[in-house]
Amino acid sequence: MSETLHELRLVVNGVTHDLRVPARRLLSDALRQDLGLTGTHVGCEHGVCGACTVLLDGRPVRACLLFAVSAVGCEVTTVEGLTNPDGSLGPVQQAFLECHGLQCGFCTPGFLTTITAGLRDNPAPTHEEAREMVAGNLCRCTGYQNIVRAVERAAELS
Amino acid sequence: MKPAPFSYLRPTSLAEAVQALSADPDAKVLAGGQSLVPLLSMRLAAPSTIVDINGLTGLSDIEVGDDGVRVGALVRHADLLAHDGVRRSQPLVPLALAHVAHATIRNRGTTVGSLVHADAAAEMPAVLALLGGSVEVVGSAGARTIDADDLVVGPLETSLAHDEIAVSAWFPALAPGAGVAFDEIARRQGDYALCGVAVLVEGDSVRASYVSVSDVPVVVDLSGVADDDLGDAAVAALDPADDIHATAAYRAQLVRVLTRRVVAAAREGADRR
Ligand SMILES: Cc1cc2nc3c(=O)[nH]c(=O)nc-3n(C[C@H](O)[C@H](O)[C@H](O)COP(=O)(O)OP(=O)(O)OC[C@H]3O[C@@H](n4cnc5c(N)ncnc54)[C@H](O)[C@@H]3O)c2cc1C
Ligand code: FES
Ligand code: FES
Repeated sequence: MSETLHELRLVVNGVTHDLRVPARRLLSDALRQDLGLTGTHVGCEHGVCGACTVLLDGRPVRACLLFAVSAVGCEVTTVEGLTNPDGSLGPVQQAFLECHGLQCGFCTPGFLTTITAGLRDNPAPTHEEAREMVAGNLCRCTGYQNIVRAVERAAELS
Repeated sequence: MKPAPFSYLRPTSLAEAVQALSADPDAKVLAGGQSLVPLLSMRLAAPSTIVDINGLTGLSDIEVGDDGVRVGALVRHADLLAHDGVRRSQPLVPLALAHVAHATIRNRGTTVGSLVHADAAAEMPAVLALLGGSVEVVGSAGARTIDADDLVVGPLETSLAHDEIAVSAWFPALAPGAGVAFDEIARRQGDYALCGVAVLVEGDSVRASYVSVSDVPVVVDLSGVADDDLGDAAVAALDPADDIHATAAYRAQLVRVLTRRVVAAAREGADRR
């Protein structure tokens, strides 16, 4: 028995894509494999690490805990969509660069999307709030100090 | 792809959704997916049909009345947590929700889904049990209300029939002069608790409900217990067990410390009202 494929239309970073995927295709895999948007990383694939975090209608969600079929009708924003319109780095990306907020970069896309939405809701976080903003994302390299600094720097730049 | 293949249905009416569940004894409801999708990806569950209820209308409302709060099945933890009316009516709901996972998970996970997932490590089933709330379900046999006491029958197991969909949950309002508090110990803010405690103080009545300490929510009556004996009384009633996260002795210590602390906070809350 061949598996049923679903025709779906996804809007990612403002661009409309039509794809044919089985219902079990996770949004994270659809982005990476079907759309070639490999900026979204997958680590644990069960919601714990945060590397796959994307914005769904502006709110951070785990792309590994969402089926692509369930994202129909929503606006998806990935790390590729965080640059300024002229292609230069967006404020959160710029802050990561300035503060050395990454080493291997595996976790970075999830931090960038999470912090982008976090600063929109709370543009001037306290140090404690900046820590809390990234508490749901894991990084195995940096020790988090420079990531928290980057949150604070991004708040200045935004 | 990690999950096993399944047929995917996204009904637009409750009747259709119930029908889809009745038609396949192996079907599962998908709400926020924050508990179900990990189980599918790890292949701990492999339902033949997924009934995605996110297309149903009328299940996204938060209604605050004089006597309590009704929460629709598609209300996300994050929206319930941010709701001012809920905070005023039953402050224990946001106090506990702040400890449910991380903000990103709360953006998608539903509070009703968490109640019917019935995880002993989840905060909201303990809160519903303590407050004496209920869950409204609809199935092929019609609609009924399940009291919190009758909801959870075992770890990850509820009294819902296979074709019943939870449509809303009911959290009674906090009575004037009563107080509530919540606290938990977790490795990091947002992780599942090693031990969590919710307390409701009403006049002379002192009751506590526990997270991650027993297989199903247990409410312990601590009325009339002297302050110094609260922790031991709770441990005696609960008898916490070992697991990979903590030893029984450590968990008992957390019960002792948190029970005293949270009862004191709930009393303070009552005095301020
Ligand atoms: C990294 C991580 C950390 C987490 N930490 C916590 C935590 O600390 N505390 C906590 O409480 N939770 C935690 N969660 C779980 C989270 O709260 C879930 O949102 C919640 O348990 C389930 O809600 P859901 O809407 O996602 O349900 P789903 O995952 O969609 O469903 C869960 C189960 O309930 C059933 N179900 C859901 N809705 C209905 C309905 N309306 N009618 C009938 N059946 C239904 C499904 O069939 C399934 O069996 C965590 C999750 C993750 C991924
Ligand atoms: S890959 Fe999604 S949270 Fe780890
Ligand atoms: S920079 Fe390597 S995991 Fe974060």
